[in-house]
Amino acid sequence: MKIGVLALQGDFAEHIRMLKQLDVETVEVRLPNQLTGLDGLILPGGESTTIGKLCVDYGLLQPLQQFGQGHAMWGTCAGAILLSRDASRSQPLLGLMDIRVARNAFGRQVDSFEADLDIEPLKQATNTRAPYHAFFIRAPIIEAVEGTAQVLATLPDGRIVAAGQGKLLATSFHPELTADTRFHEYFLSLIDS
Amino acid sequence: MEQQTGTFAVKKGLAQMLKGGVIMDVVTAEHAKIAEDAGACAVMALERVPADIRVQGGVARMSDPELILKIMDTVSIPVMAKCRIGHFVEAQILESLGVDYIDESEVLTPADEAFHIYKHDFKVPFVCGCRNLGEALRRIGEGAAMIRTKGEAGTGDVVEAVRHARTVFGEIRRLQNMPDEELMTFAKEIGAPYELVKEVKELGHLPVVNFAAGGIATPADAALMMQLGVDGVFVGSGIFKSGDPAKRATAIVKATTHYRDASILAEVSRNLGEPMVGLNVSSMPESDKMAGRGW
Repeated sequence: MKIGVLALQGDFAEHIRMLKQLDVETVEVRLPNQLTGLDGLILPGGESTTIGKLCVDYGLLQPLQQFGQGHAMWGTCAGAILLSRDASRSQPLLGLMDIRVARNAFGRQVDSFEADLDIEPLKQATNTRAPYHAFFIRAPIIEAVEGTAQVLATLPDGRIVAAGQGKLLATSFHPELTADTRFHEYFLSLIDS
Repeated sequence: MEQQTGTFAVKKGLAQMLKGGVIMDVVTAEHAKIAEDAGACAVMALERVPADIRVQGGVARMSDPELILKIMDTVSIPVMAKCRIGHFVEAQILESLGVDYIDESEVLTPADEAFHIYKHDFKVPFVCGCRNLGEALRRIGEGAAMIRTKGEAGTGDVVEAVRHARTVFGEIRRLQNMPDEELMTFAKEIGAPYELVKEVKELGHLPVVNFAAGGIATPADAALMMQLGVDGVFVGSGIFKSGDPAKRATAIVKATTHYRDASILAEVSRNLGEPMVGLNVSSMPESDKMAGRGW
């Protein structure tokens, strides 16, 4: 299995480190031709405006949209914003998932936080019971989940922080900043599904 | 479990999101917008860029909160601001404004010539400058969640940025080859906390994100620092003291992403207009250098 990580800006190296721990071959993707032969793609955390602009400048928007129609794709934080159809402001998006997100929804950096989440689909997929410890860094929330998209995780107050749609996955938080590989395992399981 | 804010992992986490990006000095809201549109991953809000601080002299202090708030209102990317070394009240003010990162910076006139801020006391993360591994680990020991090599700000001369990055990476390589019994003496020699020295030996890199700063003026300079191994770059005077800031800013962002692709670097380096006027660091009197500030 070969997984690409979009490496325009952000914490792509952290995702690659997690995938290597799971013995997965990885490719840094900066240009469209680097998508060839991949089984799945991760859009990392970072600044969504920066990543979106570089996608436009190097002709990646359309190839990424095409790739996401047939393959597994997972966006964390900025990556989740890119996957969304609507980010409540004008910026380049892939529009692959029927979700609406709000950027910086918890406030500024002093409001960034860590918290335990109870994520049923993750527990089932990995056959584990421990809660999932998640990092929210100037994080977006998923305001609306429409069409065939489904809610995967919420905060205790009900706000949506993870959603899935077929082989597509969006999380407000950063599994790549943890030592817990369960979310990456869950993503890999979508490729085989 | 409750939600926890201001933890070290959360502070360090924002710096991880900035990796592979360019943080640009801006002095007005209009500059901030240009920087965001060019693809900056964050902006540093300040009243004067380092090149002007050099020319105008006087005491350089924290910027007017009004200016910082205007810039925060204008852009959606993270906003950083500088306080003087050791000036913990300026830092308290910046934290209350809600800036996303504080740079305890040698570019401003130091407020304390012996001590830096105890940064663990704050919820907002700090970035600090360093010239070598010992200085980097002292700052991390005090709570810095991000490091930048200092270079020599406001010169447009990349030589000091290269010197400081090579020094840090060289010392880390040396440390990795040291037997454990030599670590305590090494820690003593470089003036660094022993526990952090041990951690760097295990990791093979600093325990926090490490950007380059001070003298980066061209796309090639940015790519040079990236190939040397830093995680991203700060560009101060290099953009808004050049002939065509928007174009140069865009080019430096592209060069930082495609830092190993010489054909893209050649393409983005074309027709950028006048670079900032440079100051040659090797012919500069010691008293004019900012990098020596920090203890």
